[in-house]
Amino acid sequence: MSNVLAFAESRGGDVRRAGLEAVAAARKIADASGGQVHAILFGAPGIGAHAPKLAAVGADSVLVVEHAGFTNNNPEAVSATIAARMQSGAYGAFTCAASATGKDIAPRVAAKLKVPLAADVISFEVKGDAITATHPGYTGKVLQTMTLIAKPAVVSVRPGAFLPGQVAKAGTVEALASAGDPSASRVKITETGTGGAGKIDLGEAKIIISGGRGLKEASNFKLVEDLAAAFGNAAVGATRAVTDDGWRPHSDQIGQTGRLVSPDLYIAAGISGAIQHLAGMRTSKTIVAINKDKEAPIFKLADYGIVGDVIEILPVLTAAVKQARAG
Amino acid sequence: MDVRFKIAPGGKSVDETGLKFDISDFDGYAVEAALQIKEKAGVGEVVVISLGGDVVQETLRKAMSMGADRAVHLKHDGAVVDSFAIASALAAELKDGGYDLIMFGRMSIDTAHGAVGAIVAELLGLPCVTAISKLEFDGTTAKMRRELEGAYELVECALPAVVTIDEGIARPRYPSLKGIMAAKKKPLEVKPAQLPEQRLALDSFALPPERSGGRIIGEGSAAVPELIRLLKEEAKVL
Repeated sequence: MSNVLAFAESRGGDVRRAGLEAVAAARKIADASGGQVHAILFGAPGIGAHAPKLAAVGADSVLVVEHAGFTNNNPEAVSATIAARMQSGAYGAFTCAASATGKDIAPRVAAKLKVPLAADVISFEVKGDAITATHPGYTGKVLQTMTLIAKPAVVSVRPGAFLPGQVAKAGTVEALASAGDPSASRVKITETGTGGAGKIDLGEAKIIISGGRGLKEASNFKLVEDLAAAFGNAAVGATRAVTDDGWRPHSDQIGQTGRLVSPDLYIAAGISGAIQHLAGMRTSKTIVAINKDKEAPIFKLADYGIVGDVIEILPVLTAAVKQARAG
Repeated sequence: MDVRFKIAPGGKSVDETGLKFDISDFDGYAVEAALQIKEKAGVGEVVVISLGGDVVQETLRKAMSMGADRAVHLKHDGAVVDSFAIASALAAELKDGGYDLIMFGRMSIDTAHGAVGAIVAELLGLPCVTAISKLEFDGTTAKMRRELEGAYELVECALPAVVTIDEGIARPRYPSLKGIMAAKKKPLEVKPAQLPEQRLALDSFALPPERSGGRIIGEGSAAVPELIRLLKEEAKVL
């Protein structure tokens, strides 16, 4: 009968998809254990206007913590406030997305509550009061299933693994004060920026088109960008070989040492499928591979493979996608 | 880590037979970044610390062959999977200070929770910045860059502090022959790890299900119409 607190991650004055997914994961725990989902939303004054989005995906109540000091990430004050709330109520679990921000918050919350955590979880089972979570380890080659023995359970969930459904709840809004002064955090953010104007976030994208060395040179990434644009809502990723060579920024890298993603559709263009890359995308729902070497490991993973030169195939695919979406 | 894993009998660990252990990617970047700070400052000491069985000594020697001055091995035989317990043992060792920066790789490769660094910071009451890709250090403050999904932050904080290292900060150097010889003589202190009871129980290890993939639908751009049909009708993503 314990409740679940979900971190409703926000950025730039809006709730992120990562926040909705944390609520979706919390909903699953709460439904199994008979508790309620409380979403906790931090931001500058006005962020509370986005509470209905959290109610729509299953938040019974939304705790809104507004302060100018929450305009940007503020992990010290955010984790202190979450921990204080967890300690004040009957919470059995805390969920957040295993995004850059969520992965920063979860261990701090676990430390303050003196409990272990399960990170980057792709599935879990709730049996009575116990949560058994599964996550990929060893560069995604091994699935580890673990039971969190101490309460409350702290869980971060892999982006894309828990899809927000339309399970509208009351979403009663409650204002909550920050534990401590958010302006007094010891770590100061001096500048924030985006990786590229209008760029679609890899963690949020339902479709990702990634390029590898098969593109032969940096300028050919235009073909990948064109295909992403044809889908309308696709993000562009890259392999480690490509980001190491400076063709794309490190933040675009998908793989064990980069972003771990699970989009609905992943198109690997000119990517052979090194284990380090596969670790970052093997949980994608549908995988398409285009590569000239028919023995490339990526084809073993791909639902649909095309053998051939990406530079020839991508423009044809881009035109076909445009046509399909127009029709 | 381009190897094929086998699950050990019992189903709760990986069969380590024939596996070669090395510094994991992110820890390698952390060692390199630490060495560069020391070299730039011209003073200071780089100490490497690791918790685990005797196998970690190989890793500590490698870090010393890259240039670290000395090593501490917190010895614990048997699996360590609970980030909170690991961080508690490290914090017990580090509680007396004597450092400007404590650097961690942002996650391990095996258990991959990415949590130990931030928990150590909390337990020691130090400021913490996770997953940094750039670091400037002037002896009193650290200025850093963090990568978010499609965005970045520039942050600064006073020392001492805990940081966890993402890719992009520094490419680890290869140990020189001279470095390898010198590392054999550098101090490596072994102490029992003060590991509290672990409250994360590993129930099972499994290999991920093989995808039903491996379906090549055609060659060249002639296969594009079939791909479009499959994306529409079968995968329903278009």
